[in-house]
Amino acid sequence: MSAWRLPSGGHIDRSRPLRFTFDGRSYTGYAGDTLASALLANGVHLLGRSFKYHRPRGIMTAGPEEPCALVTVRRDEARCTPNLRATQVELHEGLCAYSQNRWPSLAFDVGQIAEWFSALLPAGFYYKTFMWPRSAWHKLYEPLIRRTAGLGKAPKLADPDRYAQQYAHCDVLIVGAGPAGLAAAQEAAARGARVILCDERAHSGGSLLADDRARIDGQTSAEWVDGTMAQLRANPRVRVLQRTTAFGYFPHNLMGLSERLTDHLAAPPPGLARERLWQVRAREVILATGAIEQPLVFPGNDRPGIMLGGAALHYLKHHAVLPGRRVVVATACDSAYRVARALQAAGAQIVQFIDLRPQTDRPALAALRELGIRCDGDLRIVGTRGSNRVTGVDIARIDATGAAREQRSIDCDLVLMSGGYVPSVHLFSQSRGRLRYDETLQVFVPGESAERERSAGACRGIAGLADALQDGARAGAAAASAALGTADASAANPAFTVDAAAPTPEPLDVPRASVAMHGPKAFVDFQHDVTLRDLDLAVREGFRSIEHIKRYTTTGMATDQGKTSNLNALHHAARELGQAVPAVGLTTFRMPYTPVTFASFAGQARGELFDPVRRTPMHDWAVQHGAVFEDVGLWKRARYFPRDNEDMHAAVARECRAVREHCGIFDASTLGKIAVVGPDAVEFMNRMYVNEWSKLAVGRSKYGVLLRDDGFVYDDGVVARVAADRFHVTTTTGGAARVLAMMEDYRQTEWADLKVWLTSTTEEWAVIALQGPRARDILAPLVDGLDISAAALPHMGVVEGTLQGVPMLLFRVSFTGELGFEVNVPAAEGAKVIAALHAAGERFGLTPYGTETMHVLRAEKGFIIIGQDTDGTVTPDDVGLAWAIGKSKRDFVGKRALARPSMQQSDRKQLVGLRTRDPHIVLEEGAQIVDTPGQRAPMTLIGHVTSSYASATLGHSIAMAVIAGGRARMGHTLYVPMPGGEIPVEVCSPVFYDPQGARLNV
Amino acid sequence: MLLIHCPHCGTRPELEFSYGGEAHIARPADPSQVSDDDWASYLYLRSNTKGVHAERWRHVRGCGRFFNALRDTTTDRILVTYKAGEKPPGEAR
Repeated sequence: MSAWRLPSGGHIDRSRPLRFTFDGRSYTGYAGDTLASALLANGVHLLGRSFKYHRPRGIMTAGPEEPCALVTVRRDEARCTPNLRATQVELHEGLCAYSQNRWPSLAFDVGQIAEWFSALLPAGFYYKTFMWPRSAWHKLYEPLIRRTAGLGKAPKLADPDRYAQQYAHCDVLIVGAGPAGLAAAQEAAARGARVILCDERAHSGGSLLADDRARIDGQTSAEWVDGTMAQLRANPRVRVLQRTTAFGYFPHNLMGLSERLTDHLAAPPPGLARERLWQVRAREVILATGAIEQPLVFPGNDRPGIMLGGAALHYLKHHAVLPGRRVVVATACDSAYRVARALQAAGAQIVQFIDLRPQTDRPALAALRELGIRCDGDLRIVGTRGSNRVTGVDIARIDATGAAREQRSIDCDLVLMSGGYVPSVHLFSQSRGRLRYDETLQVFVPGESAERERSAGACRGIAGLADALQDGARAGAAAASAALGTADASAANPAFTVDAAAPTPEPLDVPRASVAMHGPKAFVDFQHDVTLRDLDLAVREGFRSIEHIKRYTTTGMATDQGKTSNLNALHHAARELGQAVPAVGLTTFRMPYTPVTFASFAGQARGELFDPVRRTPMHDWAVQHGAVFEDVGLWKRARYFPRDNEDMHAAVARECRAVREHCGIFDASTLGKIAVVGPDAVEFMNRMYVNEWSKLAVGRSKYGVLLRDDGFVYDDGVVARVAADRFHVTTTTGGAARVLAMMEDYRQTEWADLKVWLTSTTEEWAVIALQGPRARDILAPLVDGLDISAAALPHMGVVEGTLQGVPMLLFRVSFTGELGFEVNVPAAEGAKVIAALHAAGERFGLTPYGTETMHVLRAEKGFIIIGQDTDGTVTPDDVGLAWAIGKSKRDFVGKRALARPSMQQSDRKQLVGLRTRDPHIVLEEGAQIVDTPGQRAPMTLIGHVTSSYASATLGHSIAMAVIAGGRARMGHTLYVPMPGGEIPVEVCSPVFYDPQGARLNV
Repeated sequence: MLLIHCPHCGTRPELEFSYGGEAHIARPADPSQVSDDDWASYLYLRSNTKGVHAERWRHVRGCGRFFNALRDTTTDRILVTYKAGEKPPGEAR
């Protein structure tokens, strides 16, 4: 039995001792302990160092609101979780925990010198100090401050654990299994609702866990909780989730829950996920999230051994731990009286009880005095002593002038403080419900709901156990009725017979801000080291809104979301500003309520499952031939096919030469394909694309250009008329989905009268491009007698046929400038057909090529790539495509916008070619262009490089660029300023190769 | 994540839908008769409503159809959804 553990009582299992380590030292606790309670049972109060000043910090609370006792829990090198609240870490055999933000050790921390320089670190210090010399901020001050400030460190290894995700639906979701939540669940379940009840602790009961005196319907609180839970678990319509935090309230009653499955186990079974992320859609939500006790603000209120009164009661009653033997209690409300009595009864000595409120003749004070406790009203703590644990306090009476009178020192090893309980309205506020300020309680409580939600119990300011139970039962009945559409029977609730006083919100009979005691190191936000003086400074420097004060001082911005600091900060700011609290406002609560692991959100979407992968039907063929792949959207595309240790440059040069001299074979299956079908198909195409489609004959195709209604180029592609009422439209690889979406938008919402249907056929077809002077020689023997001569199938001709018996739609098209065909066959036949073509072509020097070679070849011909040579601000004329526009058409998408004057100015950026004076220099894509040499920043930029390659065919580099008034600058010399110096370039036509197109028409 | 009632398929999570901007902005029947300013308004100017907003949605991972919704932008509550081409139900306003 450790020194601070009581011989009996509590919800711990004394038959199951557990060994654990903290900072390498071994300790023993029991099943049912948290890390915090087990350390307290061993007399350990120093748990960490504060964020900014490296002040020693201990355990302040007993729950998720803990701002100070943050630790790293380590299973192995990869399973190492920083910044866990020791108050929530369940003990298991072999648990291994470490303190954070200290060096070389927790008890002796060099970083504590930060406190000596605290005058240099006031609110907003990063705007004011460390400003000189200016260059030192990035190199010296910031790295130094960053290293000394901070929390735990994330592990460097990938997380080896599995994380599950689950969706669920229910009639009534209840957050919190305290008295109100349990009563609500009982009532809702009794009315036949499907209920999910979640609670962040391992045990249900909430405030009842620390209450062994309450009697509910004649039972002890533990019996009542156990009985209720057994009843709920036996009901197949009820799901109970323990160790499950509701961290986010999303629109339309979607609640994010994080369930911790293995962290409390010494040896988690293999295969079990570490956490499960629930997304619960509830018809009705009941928030029964309770209330959070607030600390008092006084100088030195942060030393280890200073904790909340309710926390001490929780450790005493739930864990049978006495956190101290010589206790000073300071309170501004009534609940601490009960705490003092309980501690005294458990063997601690209350050496001083202080009620901060001015009234000195409270009957409760007299009652304590009868127990032999020294107690006084209207006193303040004006200072504390002790380095790594509190050893004493200085108390005094503050007179009307603010001077301290009757000051005296008291030795102690525990200071309890209570600033009253504040409703936990985090989730309510996240749901965008409107908060209301309650003048009596001096807190915010839920007002008007935005969702189908109701709060119950202490979280809406209901005081007392009986009322909380009653309120929960009412909420449960009402929610069930609302969800099931039955008559509201909430009036017929059973009454609870109760004898207890649970820790709940209670009226404060003095202004909340008035009990704060000024002085050095009077902390408001314990996690971010924000003091009263910081808040005063912010107000003095002119900040008026709490949102600004919060950001300037960072109060309430730590991972604890200000659970123990927001209200004190707000009341203090309001007092300093001389305004009412509601006028100063409240900051918005944001998810997550407590931190949630990234892995939990990622779930299974990691590694190979991170994103879906699209592979073409010929993927394996490309793999066999050694392709190096690149990601294009979700597609895997063959980028180049290196041979004999070629680098990409050598492979691309070889592939380019092969296409220009013999023939290349290319997988073009990723091109988007849309079937536009129906009696009004041609009218639809006329309205969508800039081109004139009426005269396009069946069996012919055309290069189509698609604009948005703002006149800018959106997509392009070859469009074939395969029947009078049927177009085979191709789009860019990346544009397939958005082009179909845009077409559907116009079809459904603007031209619903047109008889036309749109179908994505991208994945139906495998597309194999044969490009090069020998393409026809290779293809002709395979197409089962089809005549593909120049006369029968001219450039841009389309014909249906078969290839070795496989149905085929054959395009004569070229994206390389060479004689070319694109063989479309059903996707399932793609692998077979490409193998047949490849085999047949080998004696002609047929060479597989990838996207990189495709890019070089098209750039040699001046063909643009949407999204590379265009950027959403170019018109057809800007990129030399004005010829495609059907001049006689009355309207098409984008036509009206092209008529605006700004779309026709001569100084618009226009697509041109660039040749570097030095043929070996390949410009960087994206490089900026200027028109005179020797400019200094800021330069006058007139355009940029959009495409740039080394052309093996031409023996020099080539580039395309968009340049203001570019076409009027033909032959001019311009300059590309780069870090290594200016590169002179000459403006030329973007068509570098075969400008007459002689190689196409063969 | 919103819960959206597709008038053709029923209630589905927001994941199945794509947003389509403000509703009831018809493309002028003859754009050539529209002034530059009016065309610019048609293209770019949208109301930024605080309160009930008529907007387009498409059940893109379902039936593929566009429809309209009245949504309160302050609460995200969707008051009603109705088919494309229909007028917004007056009583929901």
